[in-house]
Amino acid sequence: MVHVEGLGKQYRLGERLRYRMLREAIMTSLGGVLSRRRSKTEFLWALRNVSFDVRKGEVVGIIGRNGAGKSTLLKILSRITEPTEGLAEVQGRLRALLEVGTGFHQELTGRENVYLSGAVLGMKKRDITKKFDDIVSFAEMETFIDTPLKHYSSGMQVRLGFAVAAFLEPDILLVDEVLAVGDAAFQKKCLGKLGQVTEEGRTVLYVSHNLRSITELCERCIWINDGQIVEDGFPGKVVMDYLSSFQPKHVGGDITPSMHSEGAGDVYFTHASLVNEKAEVVNSVFFGDALRISLEFEVRRRVENMRLAVAIEKLGDGTLVAALHNTDAVEQSLINAEPGKYSAILESEAELMPGGYTVHLAAKPAPGYWGHGKNWDLVNRALDFYIDEFSSSGRSVLPSGAVTRPLSKWDIHRTV
Amino acid sequence: MKEVWEYRELLYFFAWRDIKVRYKQTVLGASWAVIQPFLTMVVFTIFFGMLAHIPSENVPYPIFSYAALVPWTYFANNISGISTSLVTQRGIMEKVYFPRILVPLSTIVSGLVDFMIAFAVLMVMMLYYHISPTSTIIFVPLITLFSIIAALGAGLWLSSLNVLYRDVGYAIPFLVQFWLFATPIAYPSSLLPARWRAIYGINPMTGVVEGFRWALFGAGQGLDPLGLAVSVIIVILMLITGLLFFRRNERMFIDIA
Repeated sequence: MVHVEGLGKQYRLGERLRYRMLREAIMTSLGGVLSRRRSKTEFLWALRNVSFDVRKGEVVGIIGRNGAGKSTLLKILSRITEPTEGLAEVQGRLRALLEVGTGFHQELTGRENVYLSGAVLGMKKRDITKKFDDIVSFAEMETFIDTPLKHYSSGMQVRLGFAVAAFLEPDILLVDEVLAVGDAAFQKKCLGKLGQVTEEGRTVLYVSHNLRSITELCERCIWINDGQIVEDGFPGKVVMDYLSSFQPKHVGGDITPSMHSEGAGDVYFTHASLVNEKAEVVNSVFFGDALRISLEFEVRRRVENMRLAVAIEKLGDGTLVAALHNTDAVEQSLINAEPGKYSAILESEAELMPGGYTVHLAAKPAPGYWGHGKNWDLVNRALDFYIDEFSSSGRSVLPSGAVTRPLSKWDIHRTV
Repeated sequence: MKEVWEYRELLYFFAWRDIKVRYKQTVLGASWAVIQPFLTMVVFTIFFGMLAHIPSENVPYPIFSYAALVPWTYFANNISGISTSLVTQRGIMEKVYFPRILVPLSTIVSGLVDFMIAFAVLMVMMLYYHISPTSTIIFVPLITLFSIIAALGAGLWLSSLNVLYRDVGYAIPFLVQFWLFATPIAYPSSLLPARWRAIYGINPMTGVVEGFRWALFGAGQGLDPLGLAVSVIIVILMLITGLLFFRRNERMFIDIA
């Protein structure tokens, strides 16, 4: 449905060399003294060598820093601007949502703007008329629909703008961060609608900084940086790698002093890594397999009644998924320890959904559970890992909004 | 060009929007379409017709000048609007795709409404002065088309140029003023010596304006066939070259505007 090959887009930096004002051209030719410092022409490749294909019905998320080239890519696909090299082919009707309220004019009423915006976005007049009531009720704008737009609050305009776009029915939909505006209720509504669209089997290309929505809605994610594709694959992993690019990657290993956030210092974590059943260091676990973490710590002063805790947090939205304590299995296993070096391996059938996670460590005196009370040592983001979308037997997992996937046994039989 | 047909609904919406916005929150509304040529006519009548005694070829001076002002106003307003249109519409062009030629075209189409209103007033005036239209009135639609083409050709050139060189937008008001007097609106072209009239035809609006008057009031209105022919050729050339220039630069508009 979408085929992109060797796509490149180049922009010229600075002012155009060709004189914008004929006046300047005359001035410069008359006296070099008068001509100002002419900015050196530099070129910038907003996109370079980008190639990918999107199949019909695929929902692809596109992430990247600001200025990475995501919007340029969408603009080329929607034919707003032309590529400098390479090609982009689209089969099917493509509609782009690059801003909310495209075509809106402040002097016209809400009703008039719905028609105008709908037409600009590619809807036929009779379709707009048919869907008009649905659009207005989706935007909850019944009372104000005949008032000029300039009297609307910005939130109202955004609601109306999105409502018009929500009723487009393209084969391929491009969405560019439009969900970033609006209040929480509006965002929820937008995401809901977008989710509905994906379920209708339409092809969607979704650019967003809301990484959670990317992992929830998309089955595939492309990470663009500096105009090139860095990674293209499973959203959980791509998002995790993307986040790791901002901070040093904690694949595990030694814990640096800067990672300790607070603590009396009686205990000091030195090492954390993800290991497999052969105690080899890995950075991912197959879905459904047990989670194994290996820790090393020093006890610097004698401690009594120590509880060790490991908190697992979902990367990208900070959801605390699980807190594991060494006392979980056996209540009375609080630790009394003399100074020295220790190591620990913990194993858990955490049953986490595929995605990226990070681990925080804490050593604290009982009865403190995670988050409460005094700490002897607290380490943030000691370890990043991800749960693979495939199980060790090769089955793959469908994405969902859930965090865990506890195993469940079902017993179904007919009653009548 | 086929694409323009596909997008014709959008063209209609753009023109509709332009017209609506123009007259929103105004008291006089659409009568503004008439006030401009009408008041100009009044001023011309006082100073050129009465005080300077410019001849007006068998019709009362007011009608003479007003009839020319109707197509002229259409042309002038179009030029002013179109030349900056690509720059002012930049916002929407950045966010959605449509054939860029819709932008100048919508100004042409929305201007037609004003033209119709001013024309209706002209009809009323002709009634008032008891001037009955002659057989040549059937040419009026043709001449109207002629003025549309002239406006479009000039508009395409100017709007493309304005994207590249903003001076164009600044020069337009002056250009229009100058052009007004260079065209035989306030005076008949018979005022000029015969041998100059052919060259005078290089101003495409000469053909438009004189042709319009001729179609309304009949033959013998000082219309010089050669001058008219020259005008027609110029107008058609302007359109074709304007189109080519526009199409060639179309892709870059959004990157430069």
